[in-house]
This record gives sequence, C-alpha cells and structure tokens, in this order.
Amino acid sequence: MIGQQIRVLVTKIGFDGHDRGSRVVAAYLRDASMEVIYTPPWQKIEEVVALALQEDVDVIGISSLASDHLIVPDLMDALEDAGLEHIGVVVGGIVPDKEHTSLKNAGVARIFGPGASREDIVNGVTELGTRVRTAKLSEGDFI
Amino acid sequence: MSALNSTATLFERLLIGDVVALARAISILETRDDRSDALANRLHGHAGKARVIGFTGPPGSGKSTLINAYVARLRAAGERVAILAVDPSSPLSGGSILGDRTRMGEHNADTGVFIRSIAARGYPGGLALSIPVILDAVDAAGWPTVILETVGAGQSENEIVEFADVKVVLNAPGLGDDIQAIKAGILEIADVLVVNKSDLPLADQTTYQLQAMLELRGSRFQSVSIVKTTAIEHKGLEELDQAITDKLTTTANISPEQRRFQRLPALLRRRVDAMFRARLDSLAPDKVNTICNDVRSGKISIDSAAANLADLAFKVKN
Repeated sequence: MIGQQIRVLVTKIGFDGHDRGSRVVAAYLRDASMEVIYTPPWQKIEEVVALALQEDVDVIGISSLASDHLIVPDLMDALEDAGLEHIGVVVGGIVPDKEHTSLKNAGVARIFGPGASREDIVNGVTELGTRVRTAKLSEGDFI
Repeated sequence: MSALNSTATLFERLLIGDVVALARAISILETRDDRSDALANRLHGHAGKARVIGFTGPPGSGKSTLINAYVARLRAAGERVAILAVDPSSPLSGGSILGDRTRMGEHNADTGVFIRSIAARGYPGGLALSIPVILDAVDAAGWPTVILETVGAGQSENEIVEFADVKVVLNAPGLGDDIQAIKAGILEIADVLVVNKSDLPLADQTTYQLQAMLELRGSRFQSVSIVKTTAIEHKGLEELDQAITDKLTTTANISPEQRRFQRLPALLRRRVDAMFRARLDSLAPDKVNTICNDVRSGKISIDSAAANLADLAFKVKN
C-alpha cells in the first residue's frame, strides 16, 4: 500500500468569504479517511503554493462561490512555476458552464457544481488523489 | 516534470535545505515501509543539531495561536523556525482535519518558516508514531529551531518529554479548580507553565493555583516559570521568550551526538511498538480464537493467554 491517507488542501482564494461549503466538504473528505489541511478564506495564491509545497498535498480543492474561480488559472501557473504541477486541482462551487472549458484548459481536473453529491465529491477526489499519490511516492531515488 | 526529478537524490537535496525534498521526505517517513526505514536510518546520523521546543496543553487553550505569536517574535529576530503541528485522526474513518495552520496564517508565505501538519493516525501520547523520524528529517535539513505542537492534551499525553529540550505547558483560565492543579499529569512535565487568555477574569486565580502547586512540590519544581500571555494580542511574549531562552541555555552544550542518543530510547520504543503491533494484527484470527476459547473454558488464565499471544506475535516473520 502506498502512502495510506490522501492529503488534501481545502482552501479559498480571492475576496469571497463564504466558507460554509469548504467546511462541509472538508468534513466529507475527513469522513472518507483523508487528511485535510483546512484554511480560512482569503488566501493569496503564493500562500496556497507555499502550503501545498510544505504539506506535500496530493489534491488542492478550491471553493469558489463569487467568481474567484477566474483566478484559478493564475494558481495553476504559480503551481507549475514552483514545480508542483503533479498536484491535482479541483474546483467546487459556482462556475458558469461557459467557463468550464477555460478552467479545464488551465489544468483543473474536476469541477463540482451545486448539484454535486457527497459521493461525487468523495469519489472524484479519491480517484484523483490516489493517482497523484501513487505516482509521486514511486518516483525518484530516495537515498 | 516534477520538482523532485533531478540527478541528486531526495536525501542529498534534503541535506542542503531543499524544502520540496523535506516535504516529500516527511510523506515517505509517514508511510512506514522499507524505504521509509532506509531513509530514516540515513537521516538519523545527520540529526541532533536542532533545538526542540514543545508546546502542549488542553484543546482550545491556544497552543497554535501562541506558537503563531512566538514565531512572529523569533522571525523579527531573524531566526528560522520549523513547526510540526500534530492534530488527532478520526477514530471512525482514520481521516482528519488539520486546522492548526488556521491560527498561523501570517507565516504562510514566509520562507523562513516551515510548517507541517501531521495527523496522529491513532497513536496515543499526544504525538504521531513517526514524530521522531520526522524530527530527524527537519533537523537534518538544517532548521535550527523546531517547535513541536501536540494534539490537545489531557492529563496523560506526556510523550513530548522525550523529544523537547523545553516543554511549554499551556493552561486556559477557569478550566478547573486547585484540585486539578495538584493532580498528576502534564502540569508536572512543564519547564514553562503558561496561563494563556490572561485577559479573562479567572486568569489570576489560575495563576495562583499553579504557583501554589509549584510551592507544594518543593525543590524539583523551583526552576519552573509561570508566564501569563494573551496570545491573540501578542502579549506576554517577552516573558515567554525569556523563560524559554533561560531553559535552552541549560541544554546549549549538548553535542548533536548526545542529543541523538537522548532521543534514541523513545525512537526505538516507537519502532518496537509499531513492529509488535503489526505482527499482532497479522496473526490469523483462528489462532487468536483458539486462545480466547481456552480462556473461556477455564483451561488457561488471562495472564497466560496474553503471554501465549505475545509469543505467537514475536514469532511472526515480517
């Protein structure tokens, strides 16, 4: 078994302070055996990158309810600059249909809209997180 | 291309202070397989330089908030600090919400601070099973000061003693009376007793109770300091810093080799714990059932059943 628990950063970027969704999702993921690093809203992109790096997370979940998803492509660029492009990024919340393509093109793995069930979210993150974790813990020479 | 794909090994990159390598090494050490054992063995010889400051106390007493404020003070003095913050795992799912960073947000983007949230993964004692080897990793990566934050501790989470040069024990006002203060438990392991949230009405009373406890205890407890803080307002930090520094000067002359040696018994005990537990868990259920049935029928005592089970577990090959 590689690396037991999947590690997920659940956070919010931009000016939107509606954090009930991110708290509920954090609890869903914990109940699905994941280790969730939870932060309050209003994180800067550079902070998300530093957290993801130090905590060595497998997945970043961005909760966006007031158009903060529009800066997710900037986050993707910043992650790549830091050498963290292996991390899976998912977005949850309100993302208009016409903007799904631009997020997907920027490298976002999954988008969970208002109708997403607990099962959808848990299964999606588990599948993504397992893939990322398995790949990263088998790469490279350790000693 | 991941940041880790390069000609140098993870171990070599960790030693020169590469944070990506350190973060990945901690993940590997947490998995506890053959590779993590090999990595831990290599790291151990490079550890022993860091000073370790332990923070413990009940849930909600303000450990993370006080660490945040204390780290701000260390940063203002130009010191680099690593923080290992342990939170509990769910006994139901094994998952956890690691929320200590919530109170340490002001250091998120500071490259002079390394914060890692660690789930206890069911290990008792207030710290995680892998803490000693993770401590070695952070130490070997050149972080001169490591702050170790336990899970919210009750009266018996004493493991911090085995790893910290200085033990800071937090109390929040109004959590108990003077009988609580004279009970055995984490209060006894403190080098520095902190009454946090000291802007609250019962703070003075809690302070007196702790002072009275120390006086009753006599000479062994003479060197324990009591400090009042209001972490959220960054108050009382000068006194806290002084108390920690005073204690650290008494361990300043310990060589890295001695420090490693001091931590070794606890490290080994945890290894044995994990090894034995894994073997016990891997015993075939019918063997365990046979022993249980022998107890049920009165054929053997509980003591000899336990001894038989332990014998069987020892014989399991890894």
